[in-house]
Formats: sequence, C-alpha cells, structure tokens
Amino acid sequence: MTADGSDSAAALADAVRRGERSARSVVEAALGGIAARDPELHAFLHVAADGARADADAVDEKVRAGEDPGPLAGVPVALKDNLCTRGIPTTCASRILEGWRPPYDATVVTRLRDAGAVVVGKTNLDEFAMGSSTENSCMGPTRHPMDPSRVPGGSSGGSAAAVGAGLVPLGLGSDTGGSVRQPAALCGVVGMKPTYGVVSRYGLVAFASSLDQIGPFARSVADAALLLEVIAGHDPKDSTCLDRPAPEAMRSLDVGVEGLRVGVCEELVADTAPDVSRRVREAAEDLAGTGALVEEVSVPEMRLGLSAYYLIAPAEASSNLARYDGVRYGLRVDAPDVAQMNTATRTAGFGPEVKRRIMLGTYALSAGYYDAYYGKAQRVRTLLIRAFDRVYEQFDVLIGATAPTTAFAIGERVADPLTMYLSDVCTIPSNLSGHPAISVPFGAGDDGLPVGVQVLAPALCEERMFQVAAALERLAAARARPARGEGRR
Amino acid sequence: MSAAGTSAAGAPGTNADRANRSDRADRADRERRADTTERAEWETVVGLEVHCELKTQTKLFCGCKNAFGDEPNTNVCPVCLGLPGSLPVLNAFAVELAMRIGEALHCEVRPSSFHRKNYFYPDMPKDFQISQYDEPINVGGWLELPDGSRVGIERAHLEEDTGKTTHQGETGRIHAADYALVDYNRAGVPLVEIVSRPDIRSSAQARLYVTELRAVLVATGASDGRMEEGSLRVDANVSVRRVGAAALGTRCEVKNLNSLRSLGRAIDYEVARQVALVEATGTVVQETRHWDENAGRTVPLRSKEEAFDYRYFPEPDLVPLAPGSDWRARAAGAVGLLPSARRERLAGLLGGAPTPQQVDQVHVVVGQGLDDLVVAAVAKGAPAGLALVRAANELAADIGAALALDAGTFGSVVEMEGRGELTATQAKAVLAELLAAGGGDPAAIAAERGFEALSEGSLAAVVQGVVEAHPEEWARYSAGEEKLAGFFTGQVMRATGGKADGKAVAAELQRLRR
Amino acid sequence: MSEPPALGRDDVAHVAGLARLSLSEEELDTFTGQLARVIDHARDVSSLDVHDVPPTAHPLPVRNVLRTDDPCPGLDRGEVLAAAPDVEDGRFKVPRIVGEAP
Repeated sequence: MTADGSDSAAALADAVRRGERSARSVVEAALGGIAARDPELHAFLHVAADGARADADAVDEKVRAGEDPGPLAGVPVALKDNLCTRGIPTTCASRILEGWRPPYDATVVTRLRDAGAVVVGKTNLDEFAMGSSTENSCMGPTRHPMDPSRVPGGSSGGSAAAVGAGLVPLGLGSDTGGSVRQPAALCGVVGMKPTYGVVSRYGLVAFASSLDQIGPFARSVADAALLLEVIAGHDPKDSTCLDRPAPEAMRSLDVGVEGLRVGVCEELVADTAPDVSRRVREAAEDLAGTGALVEEVSVPEMRLGLSAYYLIAPAEASSNLARYDGVRYGLRVDAPDVAQMNTATRTAGFGPEVKRRIMLGTYALSAGYYDAYYGKAQRVRTLLIRAFDRVYEQFDVLIGATAPTTAFAIGERVADPLTMYLSDVCTIPSNLSGHPAISVPFGAGDDGLPVGVQVLAPALCEERMFQVAAALERLAAARARPARGEGRR
Repeated sequence: MSAAGTSAAGAPGTNADRANRSDRADRADRERRADTTERAEWETVVGLEVHCELKTQTKLFCGCKNAFGDEPNTNVCPVCLGLPGSLPVLNAFAVELAMRIGEALHCEVRPSSFHRKNYFYPDMPKDFQISQYDEPINVGGWLELPDGSRVGIERAHLEEDTGKTTHQGETGRIHAADYALVDYNRAGVPLVEIVSRPDIRSSAQARLYVTELRAVLVATGASDGRMEEGSLRVDANVSVRRVGAAALGTRCEVKNLNSLRSLGRAIDYEVARQVALVEATGTVVQETRHWDENAGRTVPLRSKEEAFDYRYFPEPDLVPLAPGSDWRARAAGAVGLLPSARRERLAGLLGGAPTPQQVDQVHVVVGQGLDDLVVAAVAKGAPAGLALVRAANELAADIGAALALDAGTFGSVVEMEGRGELTATQAKAVLAELLAAGGGDPAAIAAERGFEALSEGSLAAVVQGVVEAHPEEWARYSAGEEKLAGFFTGQVMRATGGKADGKAVAAELQRLRR
Repeated sequence: MSEPPALGRDDVAHVAGLARLSLSEEELDTFTGQLARVIDHARDVSSLDVHDVPPTAHPLPVRNVLRTDDPCPGLDRGEVLAAAPDVEDGRFKVPRIVGEAP
C-alpha cells in the first residue's frame, strides 16, 4: 500500500502474478477511473483502451498458462506522449505531429511490455517537452489533481497528474531540465531522473539530446525503483546508453541513512519560497535525526546552470526539431515551393514556446555567436561538473528543493518566459551534469499543496539516491502520522 | 563538405563515365584545349573534394542495406528516415574502411568526433547531416599520381549521404520543375570525403588525380568507384594566379561534376572564365558555381554572402571515436597493395616491356579492381597478355559480374583461347555467358554452343577445299588482289559455321599462296 | 573576452529565416523582447572568461560505441509512405525545389 492507501504497483503485480486479481480487472478499473476523472484533469491525450484490454488479457493468459508474466504484470502505465508507441498516436502535444502513429516502439515501451505492464494511454505535456507547466500543449493544459485552477508542473504534467490523481500507479516522463522531478514535486508523487545513459532514449522524441533522460513517476519510492529497474539497462540502439546492468534500486530501500554524509545545498534552498525551504530544512533535520551527517554546502556554479541550460537545450532542440518539415510525416501546409512549404508548415505547426526555443537555439549556434553562447555554455557545463565532483568528495548526496514554489496558478507565468524558466532552476544542474536526482513528497506548502524534496547523487549512484529517498519517504510519513512513530530506525 | 545530393531527371552530365578507356581517348582533345585556355602567364590552381560511398553492407548509422538501384524507399528504417525518437549508431566497418583510406593516402589516423551540419533540404531526413567537422578521422597525407606528381591530402572524413531527389514535370523554365520526388534509400549511406590541397595545376592532372584516387579506393576495398552510379562524386575548387605569384587567387567551387569528362571540361571552362575576368576587372568573385554539361559552362549558384550558416555543433547522439592501436594496425594491414604496386605486378607478368596498349590495359584492370583476378588466372596457367586483354575489355565491360567471377573459370577461358581451342570471338561469347550467368563451366558452355576445337589440320583442309572450289578467285588472289582475302575468309567461316579463327585462316591463305 | 552584443529585431528575423519560421511584425516584436531578456540573463555565462576550461559536449566519458556491419530489416514501405503528406511512385512528393543542396 502507498501512503494514500491505493495499491502499489508492486502489490498489483503480485496479485496478478498469483492469480488473485486479473490484469483485465486492474486495467478496467484504471480505464474506469480515467473515464470518470480525466475530462476534468486532462492528463491524457490518448487513451489506448482496446490495446490495453488486449495486453491485459495476454498477461492473464500467461498467468493461466503458468508462464512468468513479468515484474509489472497487469500494472497500468501512462506514457508521456513523446515516447514512441507503435500504432498509437504520438504527438508531443504538437500540431505538427497530429495523427502521427510511429511504426516502432521506444525501447522503454518494449521493456514495459516485456515486464507485463499495460500501456493505458499517452499523457499531456508541454509541446515537445518545452515548458514547466503543461500549458504549452496544443491540446490545452492539464490541471493539478488537487486544485484544478493550478498547473501540475511540466513538462511531464500529464503523467504526474495521472499518477497523482491515482488514475495509474506508474507513469513515464522525460526529464531534460526537471520535467519529471518538478511536476512530481508539484503533484505530490515520486519522480526521478536517472544518470544520463542509464535508460535508453531510443524512441523518446528528442528535445535536447545531451540532457534528455526518461524517468519514472510513482506514488512510492519503492514503485519508482521497481519501474526504474524495468526500464534501465543497456540498449544497442542508443549510443549514449551505458553498457552496464540496470541499477539495483530496490535493494537499497531499507538500508537507512546512518553515517551518510548529506549536504544541504544552499543554492537549492536559498531562492525558494519560504514554505518550500522550510520543508527542505525539516527533511534535513529528520535525516540528521536518523543518523545522517548533515551539513550545509554551497555550490555557487549551480547559479550558472539556468543560463547554460537555456543556451544548450534550445541549441540542440533547434537541430532536433528541424526534421518537422512537412516532407515525410505529420503536418504539411501547402506552398508553391519546398522552402515555403517548410516555413508554412513549421509556422503553423509549432506553438510559441517551441518557436522561441528554436530561435534562441538557432541564435546560440549561429555564425559569430557560437563561441559566446553555445561554446561558453558547454564550458560552464564543465565547471558545474567539476564543482559537483568536488562536493561529492565531502558528501554522499545533496538535498534541496525540487521546485522553488508549490503548484502555481494556470496562466500565472505564461506571459514571461524567463519567469517560467526559473521554475526549473533547482532541477537543471543535474541535467547539465548528467547526474541522477529524485523528488520525494515531503509535506505541504502554506497552500496545502505538496512540496518535493530533491535528492541529488553522483553519477551512477542511483542505489544511494534511492536509499536516501526511501528514508525521506518514511520521515515524511512519520511527520504526517506522528502517532505511528515511524521514521526512527 | 556536403554530399552532392541532387540529380535532375534528364539533367546534363549523367552519362556513364566509360571507365578509363574513354578517358585516355579524350586526352588528346583535352590537351589541345588546355593550350588555348591556360595562357602562358596564368597558372591553374585546383583542389578537389571527392565524396566516396563506402562499400559496406549497411548504412553508416543503421542496419539498412547499402545498395544501389533498389526500389525507392525500400531500404529505410526509423533512423535513416529521421523519424522522431530514432538514434544513430556508428557502423564499425565504415570506420575501418575510412581508416584504410587514410592509411592508403598516408594520412594521420586520429581520434575523431561527429558534428551536425544544419540546413534544410528535402533529401536530408533530419534536416541536418552528421559529418566530421573539426576532428576528422584522417588528417594530412598525399597521393602520388602515375606521372610522378604528388597531390597533398588535407583530410578524409566520414559523413552520411543524402537521399535522392528527382525533379518532375519540367515547366520549360531553367531549373524549374513542378515538383520533386524523394527516395531515401541512399540517405545514411557512409561516405568518406577526401579533400585535396590546392596542389593540382591542370585539368589533366585533376583527371589523373581522380583516376588514381579511384584506383586507390577500389584497391583498398573501400569503394566500388562507380562514378556513373554516383558512388564517387567530385567538386572542384578552382582559382587562377599569375605564374610565380605566391598567394592563391579567389576560388570558385564548381559542383555537378558527374564524370571525369565533366571535371576536365569544367576546370578548363572555369580557368578561361576566371583569367578573362581578372584580365578585364582584376578580380574574381568567390562563389559556388554549377557545371552545365549541355551548355558546357559554369553558372553561378550562390555567392559567398549567400553561403549557408550550418550551425555546426557536436552531435550529442554519438560519442567520440578513438580507434585503438590494434584496430588501426588491422586497418593498415588490410590496405593491401596500392595501385602503383598493382600495376607493376601486372606489367611484370607480361615478361617484357609492355606496349602502350598494354599500359592502358593495365590501368583499366587495376582501376577496376580486376588485377587480383588476372594474377590468379595467370598463376593457374593462363597466358598473361591474353588474360590482360580479356580483363581490360570483356570483364571491365560488366564489372559487377566480373568481380564475382572465379579466377579459375576466367583462367580456363583464356587458356582455351590461348591453346587455339576457342577463337577470340568464341572466347568473348563464352565470357559473356559466364558473366551473365554469374559463373559456369567454360568447357561445357563451349561444347553446348558447338565451339569445339577446330584443329590446325582440319582448318587447313577446309581452306584447301574452299580454294579448290573457287579457282578463278584464287588465281586473282594469288596475283595480288588482296581484297579477295576477305572473300576466302568468309567462305571458310561459312563452311565452319564461324568456328574458325580469323587470324588462323589468314595465315593459312598466306601459306597456300606462297 | 568582449561581451556579445544584445539581441535585436534583425537577429530574430535572421534566425527565424534560418529555422524556417515566419513571424508577423507583432510576433517579431514580442519574440525580440522575450528572447532579449533570456540572452540578457545569459550574460552571467556569456561574459565569463572560461577559455581555459574545456567544453563538455556530453556528460558521458564514453568512446567507441559501434555496431557491426550486419543488415537488419527496415520498415515496410507501405507503412512509411502511409504517414507521408504526399507520395508518388513509391517516393515522397514535395513541391518544386528552388536552388541546390549545399
């Protein structure tokens, strides 16, 4: 059971594997929940009901035949709509890809299916994952599961909201600058970004290739670990996917934090709202209370992260999104010659935020400006990695806020892109360094909406990161229900 | 730096480059023209960019077949179609072939990386080309030409090819078509771009360079060298300067050079144009120009100011390439004999100084990569001179099939011809059938066609019979009317059903007349 | 190192052209203002002297990721072309092309 009393993914899979529940019934329940709740929430862009039922029946058939249906047998999963699904629309919430059905599955989708998970649908996002609120969707915004006037965060807001609302126990998102962790924090669920290269990007529609990682959403740290173990591991189709086994994230959940050196990162606390920073400090105190060696630490280079990110990510995006030209798939707006057709198509097909970033990135790469912008941002990236390396000589993990505020109101930050970009300030450094990070719900803000505490770890130290995340989850539960006396191990 | 990607349907210059024989045939013509264009006080300066498609099984970044001539869009996958979410993975054998090229051109083979070259064009599925930019795999080097001159090599780097665009529905206006069709079978085929230093001093030398470079690419197994199929494509950077001047003149890049003939003509045209321009105005404008084969001239494509802003940046979907010394050594070991050594080896089989004709044949055979076959056939007992002739003519005419031919099979045809068991005509017919069928038993083919041996004795008897049947003609022939030799040969051929060897008939007639 | 100039309207018009986007006059104004703010914010990076720091193109210290030269099946042409806006004779059909590839 998870904190809110719903079945965990692990429990569902167990029940299905033992034949106590049919995958079909689990999936029907999820589809029913989506039908009831999603019209308001708008977490889903496409519900693959028929496919989900067929997949669930196949799982049940395996159970009946005595075959191993996999560790996620019958577990409904929601996929961010920038993950390619064979025959199922994959739009990236962009008009330019409306109606496109990929002829192939992303590697993570194949792995989910092989593990017995059932894809129930594709979730809303900021167009091409560019945004922090899921408002930049050509299909309209997703609403926060606890307050429909607020955003769920973004860009993976649909998956975060679907998991947060209890429509599905698991979801996948992509995290380029915080797009899994930030909406996870805002929606009160667990969301993590693996070390760059731990999860294959094959079939993830690219935003910024050197920053993108696919990450899990779950309602518990254990479920997030389970999902990570399923999707991680070497893939020969992705040159940047590391040739090593998936992290054994589940194994470290019960280890505890005694003796671990935890740095409270000043840069991830200082500029956050007081109700958010208060929760981070509480989390630090609680960790210290369970035996961790907690100290404050400053990593000033992190302050350069936002600028470096908003040069590097748009630069890569400007190139990655060139292929949407009206020739091979997706939207075409007719024009007398091919260049005009490209322009008409792209002008009609991309929303304003995507256009902004394409232009920003084109500028950062263009003749005469490369050295000053893209080139420098890459050097700053080196500085940041060096700074992390230094800090991790003294600390095993860092903690801080995931997002500067709790969920904000729909429309609040759309007018000024820079203000919106600042929503990612706490999550961006891990993308630039390629390091893993996870957001764990830890209490609420003054508005009663969830706050996420982020755990950052060195490259490939997912196990250690999950170890701390699981402890934080227990500590948060202990604060919520002090009478039960949890959190002292 | 780019793949020369488009070819207009019915566009000029797509005629097949008929290997080296026509090259040599053109030579005299070319040299005559060179006299008029390269005025004494002007020096031609040419650097060439040669794009060579590598002879791999699969494309550079995906497992799709690297094949020419298949049905459009049948060798495509998410990667080479640039579908959203797809990612490139580098083909190790393409790297190996690139290293062989580097070794053969005496380059330094170095750690390298890939960049994205961004520009919109419908034949490029991602609207960027993955290419090596500031860290190419091969740097520096040189190619020695048969005339003893050396051309420096700047770099030889890996990149992916584009798809193929065909312009449709000519409206009558120049360069205007109603629409275009795109086939992505070629998109992602591995290329090595070989950039020479501006060391070339004439159109003749440029042709010689491309011919020799092509032979190197064929000899190393890196390419099939077929210009007519576009597996070798050439752009020329041409400038002129006054003889003795140290600084280079302003250059123009000439594109659309689809054959050696186009290359030579375009350079000659461009040199004449630039000389006239400098003499008249004192300057040449740097620009990219298009060779119009039909009109025999270059036309401006775009100026330096209109040059593309490619926004190169490191390809984030690929990791750096740093082949270890073991791999580099293996690639170097696989280079094998270079063309000059191959030509020497082949000429050495002839057992004496080769005739000018044989020198040409040696060039053709090595240039087409047929020399191993000839050497093996000779080792099995085939007469060298005859093997060389048949390879340079009959095999080179159907190179694709010839390269699949077994040396023993080829050797036995040549041996049979050498022993007089087949006439030249019959030997050619047997070879043609072997090439068409992809192999077979030469003796069986000869027997099936009724090409059984006509011994010297039986030929003599037939000739004697023909002479006796036409006493009047024989008297005139004996009196010196030479044209009647043809009459008697014809009669003998008719009597033997074409099995007689023309030369043997002539010799027998001579003998009887004496 | 000197600081790069501020981003202006002409720059935005230029990059829009490079990126094959067309902007109305109002959009040009709006985008110029917005992008200028981002570029201005990026001054903390663009004004830094980091010439002695090597660039990081990639967070991974990995090299030589290769595959063997073995063919694998591609996509069915019918499926590929079914996704295209326009096709003819097994090929992708596009409006006429003005100018040549670089």
